[in-house]
Parts: sequence; C-alpha cells; structure tokens
Amino acid sequence: METPDIIIAAVAAVVVLAGGGFALFRGRSRGGSAPTLKEPPVRPGGASEAGEPDDGGVTTQERPTEGEAQDQAGSAVVEETPAQPVLEKPESAAGRLVRLRERLSRSGALGRTILGLLSRDKLSTADWEEIEESLLMADLGTGPTDELLEALRTRTQVEGTSEPGAARELLRSELLKLVDPDMDRRIAASPVLGDDGQPHPATILMVGVNGTGKTTTVGKLARLLVAEDKDVVLGAADTFRAAAADQLATWGERVGVPVVRSDRDGADPAAVAFDAVKAGRENGADVVIVDTAGRLQNKAGLMDELGKIKRVIAKQAPVQEVLLVLDATTGQNGMRQAQVFAEVVDVTGIVLTKLDGTAKGGIVVAVQRELGVPVKLVGLGEGPDDLAPFDAASFVDAIVS
Amino acid sequence: MFASLSDRLTATFKNLRGKGRLSEADVDKTVSEIRRALLDADVAVPAVRAFTTAVRERASSAEVSEALNPSQQVLKIVNEQLIEILGGEARELFFAKRPPTVIMLAGLQGAGKTTLAGKLGKWLREQGHTPLLVASDLQRPNAVTQLQVVGGQAGVPVWAPEPGNGVGNPVQVARSGVEHAREQYYDVVVVDTAGRLGVDAEMMQQARDIRDATQPDEILFVVDAMIGQDAVTTAEAFRDGVGFTGVVLSKLDGDARGGAALSIRTVTGQPVLFASTGEKLTDFERFHPDRMASRILDMGDLLTLIEQAEKAFDEKQAAEMGRKLSGEDDFTLQDFMDYMRQLKQLGSMKKMLGMIPGMGQMREQLENFDEREVDRVEAMINSMTPAERANPKIINGSRRSRIARGSGSTVSDINGLLERFDQAKTMMRSMARGGGRGVPGMGGMPGMGGLPGGGKKSKGRMAPPKRTKKGKSGNPAKRAQQEREAAERAATASQGQPGSAFGLQQDADQIDPSSLQLPAGFDKMFGR
Repeated sequence: METPDIIIAAVAAVVVLAGGGFALFRGRSRGGSAPTLKEPPVRPGGASEAGEPDDGGVTTQERPTEGEAQDQAGSAVVEETPAQPVLEKPESAAGRLVRLRERLSRSGALGRTILGLLSRDKLSTADWEEIEESLLMADLGTGPTDELLEALRTRTQVEGTSEPGAARELLRSELLKLVDPDMDRRIAASPVLGDDGQPHPATILMVGVNGTGKTTTVGKLARLLVAEDKDVVLGAADTFRAAAADQLATWGERVGVPVVRSDRDGADPAAVAFDAVKAGRENGADVVIVDTAGRLQNKAGLMDELGKIKRVIAKQAPVQEVLLVLDATTGQNGMRQAQVFAEVVDVTGIVLTKLDGTAKGGIVVAVQRELGVPVKLVGLGEGPDDLAPFDAASFVDAIVS
Repeated sequence: MFASLSDRLTATFKNLRGKGRLSEADVDKTVSEIRRALLDADVAVPAVRAFTTAVRERASSAEVSEALNPSQQVLKIVNEQLIEILGGEARELFFAKRPPTVIMLAGLQGAGKTTLAGKLGKWLREQGHTPLLVASDLQRPNAVTQLQVVGGQAGVPVWAPEPGNGVGNPVQVARSGVEHAREQYYDVVVVDTAGRLGVDAEMMQQARDIRDATQPDEILFVVDAMIGQDAVTTAEAFRDGVGFTGVVLSKLDGDARGGAALSIRTVTGQPVLFASTGEKLTDFERFHPDRMASRILDMGDLLTLIEQAEKAFDEKQAAEMGRKLSGEDDFTLQDFMDYMRQLKQLGSMKKMLGMIPGMGQMREQLENFDEREVDRVEAMINSMTPAERANPKIINGSRRSRIARGSGSTVSDINGLLERFDQAKTMMRSMARGGGRGVPGMGGMPGMGGLPGGGKKSKGRMAPPKRTKKGKSGNPAKRAQQEREAAERAATASQGQPGSAFGLQQDADQIDPSSLQLPAGFDKMFGR
C-alpha cells in the first residue's frame, strides 16, 4: 500500500483548508466571533510530545535513573502523620457488600422490569422490545444486549417462565453468565519476594479518566486494606489537578497512613510514584497504592506519561495491580477507555464507582468480556467505607431480588 | 470499533443504488441503523425513540420522494433533525438586571464542576465582568483548596470562609458569598457546589436550600460528555430536584460521542450552553450544535479540522499558503515538508484524516496507516538538495538514485512521491481557485467528479482531498451565514456558491452528502 498517498492527501487537504479556510475565516475573526483557538495542552512534567505516535512504549523523555530519582527523593516529603489521638477504625471488608446491597438494588429496577415481563405467559413483540430497552438503558451496549436477549428468548421458549420463580432463576443464571463469577477478583495486596530475594510491597496503580473517583478510591481502598491489618503507603502521583495531593493526604490522615507527595505542584508524577514505592520498601509496608492524575484516553502524551510511571515504579517493585477506575455512569465510551488503558498499562482489574446512584454500570459487562479484566471493587456511596469487593453472585442477587 | 453511521448507511443502501426512492422497508431498515448508531453514541433510549420517530416521519413524507440518493437524503434529514434539537433556541447567559448575577453549578460527582467554576470565572473576567467564586463544596476533601488554586490560576477571587472536608454549612457559605459580592461590587457570583446523586434526598434538599438562599439567575447542570444512559435519569432528578436553566457538557476533548447532549436536551428541553474541552482554564467554549451533530453521528468534523489547521499555521503562514495555492508563489517540496512537519506537531495524521467526512469508509486502511511513513517521506525530501526541492523538475535519473540511496528508499518510491506531489499541487491549485474564492466557474471541479471513474488512477487518488475541500467550503460558509451579521451575510453566501457547482446536494446543508460518498478512485488511494 502506498502510504505516502495518505500523507500527501492529508497535507494537501490541510494546506488547502488552512489557506482556503484563512480566506473564509479572515472576515469572521475580524468580526470577533471566531471560535476560540486552543493551544495544545501542555502539562508541566507531562509528556508534551502529544503528537508523537506511540512507538512501542519508548518515550523521548528520559526515565529518571536510579541516581536522579534518589536526588528527587530529597524534594519529596514523606508525611508521617502525627499519630492523632483517635484514628478512625475502618470497617472490615467482609459483609460490606451485604450492607450496601440495599443501595445496589436502587439500580436494580432493571431486574424488576425484566422479571415482571418474563413472568408473563406469553411475551409479545412489544414485551421483548421493552426488555431490550431496559437492558440498553443499563448501558449494556447493543452487542451484549442482543446476545442476552437471544439467550432469554431461546430459554423462555424451551423452559417456559410462567412461574415467577422460574423466571427469576432464568434471569439470574443468564445475568450471572454475563458477569462471570469464575474470574479471580482478589486484590494482590501481599508483599512478594522480588528477584533479589528482598520482599517487595505489593504495588497498586490507580488509573482512569478525569473525575471517575480515583483519589477517593485510593483513600477508600487504603481503609479497606488497613482494616485487614496491612501496612499501607499512599503515593500522590496526581501532581496535576489542583489540591489532589491534599485530598489524598486528608484520606491518609484519617486512618494514619503515610502519604508520599511532592512538595510542589506539577512535579514529575513518575518520580513521586518512585519515591512512594521506595518509601514503602524502606518502611516494610505491605502495600503501596499510587494515585495518578485523570487522563482522557485519547491524549497520547498523557498516556505515554502513564506508561512511564509504571515503568519507573517497576524499578523499585513490580506493579502487581493496575486498577482502572470506571464511573458507573459512563456509557459506551467506557469500552474505549478500557481498551486504551489496557494497551498502555495492562489493566488487571476494574473498580466500578458511583454505583449507588441510578446508573447501572452495564458497560463493565462488555469490558469484562472483551478484555477479560474482572471487576474487583465497587464504590457504593460517599461514606469512607462504601467500597466493597465485588462479588458476582451477590451483585446479581441484588439486581434480581 | 463501531463502524460509523455513514458506513452503515452506505452498506444498507448498497443494494438500493439506482432506485432513487425510499420504500417503507428501506426507511425501516435505515431507521433501525440510525437507532443503533444513536445508542452506540450513548443517546438515551427515550430520546432515541423520539428521534427516530421524527426521522421516520420526515423520511417517509414527500420530502424524500425526489431523492437523488437515498442515503444522502436520510443522512441529511438526520443531521438537520439533530441540529434542530440540539441548537434550538441557543441563547446567551442570562445576567441579572441588578448585579450580582448568581450562577449556581450543580451535577454528579466528578462531572467537573470545580474546574468549570475556574473556567467560567476566567471567561467572565475576560468578558469584562468581575466574578467571584464561592466554595460551597464542603463535602469532598480539599475541594475548597482546589477551587482556591483554580481561582488563583484564573485570577478570580474565591470566597471560602469554611475549610471544607465535611465542616461547615454550604448554604451559609453560598448566602454569605452573595452578600460579600454585593458589598464588594462583584457583578457575577459562581457558586460551586458539591457533587451529588439525584437519588440522594438529603443532598438534593441541600441544593434546593442553596438555590433558595442565593436566588440564582442561572443554574448550570454540569454533565460529563461520556455519561451513558443514566443521563436522562440524572437530568430528570436534577430538574425536579433543583431545576436547571442550562447545561454544560464537560470533557468533550475525549473521544466520547456525547449522546448525552441530545438526551438531556430532548428530555428536559434545556439548552446546552457551553462545552468544556480540555484541562486548561482556557479550554472552554460556546456549544456548537452542528459540530455536536456530526460527532454524535460520527461523521467527521471539518470545523475542528479547520481549527486545528489554523492552530498549526498562523495568519501569515496561511496567507502565504493562500498565495502559493493561487499560483502567485510556487508551492515547493520544501513548503510541503514544512507544512507536514507542522501538521505532525498537531497530533496524529490518522486522527486528522479521520475528521474528514467520508473517511469513515477508509477506516480499515486508516487503521493500518503507519504514522512513521511521514518520517520516511521527510527523509526522502531531506535527501534532496535545496535546488531540487525548489524545482523538482530538475530531478533526473541519477539524482533520483542518489536521493533513494540517501533516504534508504527505492527509486520507485521517489518516483511515486514526485508524481503524486505534482498532482497534488495541481489539484490544490484548482481547488483553491474553485473553493476559496467563490469563483463560480471552476471548470476543473465538476470534472473532478469524473476523474475517479476515468482511467487515471492517480488522479482518482488525489480526488478525495479535493472533494473534501469542497464540502468544507460549504461548511464554514454556512456556519458563517448563521453567525454573521446581515451585512456580511451576502459576502459569505457568495463563497458558499462554489459548492453548488458540485451538484445539487451541495447547496443543501452543512453536511455535504457528496463527501459521504466518495468517488470510487478514493478507495484505490488507500488500497493496494
């Protein structure tokens, strides 16, 4: 294939655009109503070569070498929180989902609608359409919806669903199939022996687009792990958003977990992450959780930065978990997010947040199936202990009950 | 990746070519494709239902009976309908007669309210207002600090009497903020509130309390562009809970298609006023319904492309380009390389090409396009002497083999490059003559349509940019038409005319249907 064709076509098209567009827009910009032109966003410390194609993970930026990173350790402050008189006692993981079940069933209207329809003697086309719509409204996406519908249709014909119990069992098993209970959903949170025979803290990297709740999840996850008597260190590698590190520090303070952060805004996030893991190793911590800045998956430069963070952390200890934080309200774009993040940092689990609202987070079904990455945690509320390990069976039960 | 709507429609209509008319079955098939496309774009189910009903009605009515080409007709209807819904009653921010104007922000957690407060503050300040930001988000840890930092960056004062982190009364803060603004003669108050869920009765009550305490002139509902089906439930909850007067779509710089805009507009009737398009405080703009329509339908986004092009080239360069295009100056390989380098800085060429309508059909080829090809072309040009770059005609056989050796390519590569460069040059000229100036008699252009079918593959190849160009010229002109004052209107309209020379479809609308159906030769350009 003659690729230069494409280039020439592109340049020609754009040159003509710019030249011709200039003529057209000249008058307008004088008129003052021209669209605002934006400079390409450049983040301090970020990979600014937004236009660079990702050439297999090699960025033009230098990784901080061992020595450099140590130099930077001087500028990063390990905030040992002064032991406060009363540290909050986080609730233990067991039974969290049970407590939160009622919130889950808020979004369970899905189950009830379908159940009501399925229990009818005869299902008309309109009924099926209604079932389809309620599945679609759960953000399941057109593909999985078609499949589930097909499966339901076949099974209702074969087995019959006139008894309410039968319909529920049918729906439950089909939904369960979608959520796949056999995946390993444990969080790798125990120290591992490294190649050098030294114990490494389990390192968890938190990634996701802006505003999905990464920092909050890091805080809540720290509490969850503290409740399991783990030694936790937090790394505030979100050096971009205003006050993100402060937000994390507040979370840390509440349960007496040290937070490693940079003393200035806009520091290199990879260096902060490196320092956090290093501090974790030195303190003999069990787990280091690194928070990162939100980034949209179509910003190549920022995704490169993320790849760099992971590589730099790996110099200290291998990254055990990369958790992608997905907002339950996210629609079909969630698939794109998961694909791109998985490509860049090899996502090992998904945290589905904000599931306490009306959103049903159906997109995870598609994501889980397409990428084989399990949902490991669900966020079910604003309370500090409203993060629970995901359990497929109770999740489906909550929806169907 | 999902195929775009235009791809799918094209496939649907493949068997209908020549029919020229839409039967009821055709309409059904089309409508179901549209439905799927909208669902994939996260348009909420009820909104999709309303929309497809409207489209079906229009498509079955007499409007279509004169169809030139069914898929173009349908797309046109769909696009018009979308713009109509999205853009109806576009309006300005409402300012109070007696300052301060109070603008309250509300939305889910993580929608981007605090960031938006900063952007809005900066924007208002640039409009000549004296805004004050009020930190009423006392819920999220350090939200107050974040607003203070953002306010500092925007150069807008922040009223934050409470430290936040769960301490303090947000209603009190909002009320005192407005009082403070009144005393200090700030004329706009932006109240940032905590993110809340529509089902959280307590928090919604708090939002109502803030509303009642501050009597806002505008309540802006901030919503993430990637929100899915929940958009409707959430929007309804906020409408019934606090009520809102306008919508801001945030994170539009992502690649979500943003169907929420359509859902919310359909369900609540409130207009989308602003779009937030990046992480910097300046990444904030008025909402463009027409662009949103193309985006939801995944039809490419010419205006964005033009903006990107403008970003890459300043006015001087653009003027220079204009001269080169018109033939006053020669367009050389050196220029070509300069422009190419600048384009490279803008980001991926793939992405840019993807913005050209109709490129969707080439998606697969585009996917396979190796961006490093750009570097190879650059290497070839770099291996030429300045004289050769200025005047490619002097490049003879021995020069060719030298260049090939120098750039690690083959002579046939060089031949190809030179040949196509020459064609591109000619093409660009004729395009510029036809499109840019508004000269109606662009003889070359209609001929273009014939080219692809003709024997010359190479010409066919170059046709696409030309075609696209055409569509473009229609586009900005139309947009300009809407936006500009009446006096200027006539001038622009004349610019729009060249488009009509292409065929009947052209004068119809901003979406240029002809560009959705590229000449056969275009495929060859990417094929092989």
